[in-house]
Amino acid sequence: MSLIRKTAAELGSMIAAGEVSSVEVAEAHLDRMTEVEPKVKAFLHVDRETTIAQARAVDTRLRAGERLGPLAGVPIAHKDIFTTRDMPTTAASMILEGWRPPYDATVTKRLREAGLVILGKTNLDEFAMGSSTENSAFHTTCNPWDLTKVPGGSSGGSSAAVAAYEAPLSTGTDTGGSIRQPASVTGIVGMKPTYGGSSRYGLIAFASSLDTPGPFARTVLDAALLQEAFSGHDAMDSTSIDAPVPSVVEAARHADVAGMRIGVVKELGGDGYQPGVLARYNEAVQLLESLGAKVVEVSCPSFTTALYAYYLIAPSECSSNLARFDAMRYGLRVGDDGTRSAEEVMALTRAAGFGPEVKRRIMLGTYALSSGYYDAYYGQAQKVRTVISREFEAAYQQVDVLVSPTTPTTAFAIGERVDDPMAMYLADLCTIPSNLAGNAAISVPCGLAEEDGLPVGLQIMAPVLADDRCYRVGAAVEQALESRWGGPLLKEAPSL
Amino acid sequence: MTMVYDEALDAFEPVLGLETHVELGTRSKMFCGCKTTFGAPPNTQVCPTCLALPGALPTANTMAIESTIRIGLALNCSIAEWCRFARKNYFYPDMPKNYQISQYDEPLCFDGYVDVEVDGRTVRIEIERVHLEEDTGKSTHVGGATGRIHGADYSIVDYNRAGIPLVEIVTKPIPGTDRLAPEVARAYVTELREIMRSLGVSDVRMEEGSLRCDVNVSLMPRGASEWGTRTETKNVNSLRSVERAVRSEIERQAGVLADGGKIVQETRHFHEDTGTTTSGRSKEEAQDYRYFPEPDLVPIAPDPAWVAELKAALPELPSVRRKRLQAEWGLSDLDMQAMHNADAFDLVEATVAAGAPPADARKWWMGELARRANETGTPLADLPITPADIARVTELVASGALNDKLAREVLEGVLAGEGTPDEVVEKRGLQIVNDEGELSAIIDQVLADNADAADKVRSGKIAAAGALVGGVMRASKGKADAARARQLILEKLGVSG
Repeated sequence: MSLIRKTAAELGSMIAAGEVSSVEVAEAHLDRMTEVEPKVKAFLHVDRETTIAQARAVDTRLRAGERLGPLAGVPIAHKDIFTTRDMPTTAASMILEGWRPPYDATVTKRLREAGLVILGKTNLDEFAMGSSTENSAFHTTCNPWDLTKVPGGSSGGSSAAVAAYEAPLSTGTDTGGSIRQPASVTGIVGMKPTYGGSSRYGLIAFASSLDTPGPFARTVLDAALLQEAFSGHDAMDSTSIDAPVPSVVEAARHADVAGMRIGVVKELGGDGYQPGVLARYNEAVQLLESLGAKVVEVSCPSFTTALYAYYLIAPSECSSNLARFDAMRYGLRVGDDGTRSAEEVMALTRAAGFGPEVKRRIMLGTYALSSGYYDAYYGQAQKVRTVISREFEAAYQQVDVLVSPTTPTTAFAIGERVDDPMAMYLADLCTIPSNLAGNAAISVPCGLAEEDGLPVGLQIMAPVLADDRCYRVGAAVEQALESRWGGPLLKEAPSL
Repeated sequence: MTMVYDEALDAFEPVLGLETHVELGTRSKMFCGCKTTFGAPPNTQVCPTCLALPGALPTANTMAIESTIRIGLALNCSIAEWCRFARKNYFYPDMPKNYQISQYDEPLCFDGYVDVEVDGRTVRIEIERVHLEEDTGKSTHVGGATGRIHGADYSIVDYNRAGIPLVEIVTKPIPGTDRLAPEVARAYVTELREIMRSLGVSDVRMEEGSLRCDVNVSLMPRGASEWGTRTETKNVNSLRSVERAVRSEIERQAGVLADGGKIVQETRHFHEDTGTTTSGRSKEEAQDYRYFPEPDLVPIAPDPAWVAELKAALPELPSVRRKRLQAEWGLSDLDMQAMHNADAFDLVEATVAAGAPPADARKWWMGELARRANETGTPLADLPITPADIARVTELVASGALNDKLAREVLEGVLAGEGTPDEVVEKRGLQIVNDEGELSAIIDQVLADNADAADKVRSGKIAAAGALVGGVMRASKGKADAARARQLILEKLGVSG
């Protein structure tokens, strides 16, 4: 089997055993990128020399007998929203085109410390606002299952890169579903860790109280290995949780749901959901039952209002977070011809540098925080958020995990929803509640929808700091389905 | 037209309000690890966080939180059991994030008071809140006449100051100060400054901007019950300016009201040179700051046991210390008040500690040196003379080596940088003439030159001896001991004093 088809765990073992060098593994993936990038367009920045140099450094460290983690020497695609000293960081926005950060994000730093080799920076919706990568200022990424479809978003470059075998692993950030939804529609695994479980330092902020870095991989174990490599307490992030985290890697190896209580969320699924999605989802629930889990229906009535609360909270925070892009210290500067005031240059720069969706959210958030509207919008949304957290807590009194479809539909066509923001926002209907509550949630592939042959994802949600449960249930589903399918779902994908 | 102060106060009663910003003297900034050294080369004390680079996050400085709680305790405030930072959103080039991390409706300390004494009267100033925030960068506007952004050719920004912890202390409205309003305002800021100094939380140097004051003033007609519209005067950067700004604003507002005009709620700027204020931006067009809880920082929840510990460990506060010193030194209320206003306590105390009698220490600092400080516009503490120098001079006077006049000359020499008091005495040859022979010879010469006066004294008009003593002092260039000279003159003329 060629190197690019191997899992990250396998590659890590082979490199550690000296069967293959990190440079060879990186080259295999770079070659794959040369071959398929023109079709997939998952990356915003690729620099072969920097990548090979990193791989060579890891090989040297390993040969010197340095003990690195299980992913040492394994290549990874990095979402272009994490700062990187040696590569530009743009958040897929014109306002940051060409910006080279003077510092590494904590996630970046930990990838390097674990010996992971960064292949390049992946495409996303501008500032992580979107569900399709169509809001990228640079280009749209295509779904490797069907190049006319979106790869999901905002972390669509990262999901496509892994699904297209350009990388065995990638990073993402999940604010309202930006890891789980792209994982679902590209047939891979994507995990949103507990909020505060992975550091936001160096992650360009969209909505501070929701943004969560997390892993993409083709297997549940690989995702767990990656999460373990970059998560954990960080003194640079005040909201980072300083508490021991249950081992997710151990959980991913413990694919056993016998005796676990699993709650089916009544409000997520049903009317408006694609029939093929519901069919695969229901089969997955039956599968869990057949594996010995106790399945019950749980009602969380406020989940239906989560989307609305989210679209007040996230834009409010973003309107403030994006104020720093003012042409003064970095990034784009428009109209500075010596005749204009600082205010005019700021306004011209922001007008030229932000795309329409970013502007829409800045305006929405500015309005929601305005004096006289704050209580009715932002304040009310925070109350809804509290109610949703309480409903989760109540549900977790009865069950160990909750499940739902990850998205209401499979991948939609490029261009289909660009003129209809509300339709675009609905892609995150099932994923948003976990963001509002700060819970852990994972998406694992659960088959192909009959009507379009595209991947469907199962979402498994767990309480704060119980990330291990997502992995344990996810691994059980993966194991059972792969034995049924005779291999991973991705082998059904057309070759590129 | 402005009104003369006394007339203004005949017609109106002022209500004051003061907002004071104190830069904390923490070694690192409020939300990052950058240094806070004053006067470092521009933009050398910066990092991703205080420059607001994409992705950078704040973490709160625990020492700054501790200092703020100690300030709150010293001002008799309640300390919040749980509170949050908030973002104050507005665009300005010297504010890197285009929002300031501050506190909004959940200040760390609230509902306190501080007593100040003015003119023998104790005035209680109620404190509404004490909260913690970060400073902005510092803009310098180049070109143009005003030094302000409008009309400037270009502006440069130094972000060294961006993110330095800033404590804002806000009073409740202060009615009832009447004619003493300017003095009360000054006494309050003086008291705050001393409290900060005794806590060791800030160097409170107004001229370096580590203590800044905004002064709110409104007037209401005498006998009215409803307060008038207030103005907020910014950038009042010395104690004297606090007093002048209040006075000037009272005079200006009284003039406007007396002419049937209306006070506009606005920000005004104080001008050190003219002692007057001019209009800044109107509050009518004030921005909506869109405050919301800072999502990048976890709430502050000070452990009550820790707060109790901080309270127990507070140092002696200035008002308590003043009472103690007054008792120890046996000085009058008026003397104490004058020293307080002149900010002379530390200096006098140090001088006493160096061995000077309290009355002498007070006399030199509040007399000769205060006059000198006023003339040159230097704070007393910044004069190039130490408490030890003063103590040495008082010692030389007490031992009879110097008289008052010579002592003044010694101080002048020390202030001129000629060295220690002993070195100045040596260099300028300022010892009292103690040689009886030399003095006797001078007296003989003076008696011979002033035979008329000498005769008058011989005939019993002892008062005429004054002119002869004066002659001796002149002839000795002031170095004679005047009392001894008088005694010798009378002896030589055969009359007893």
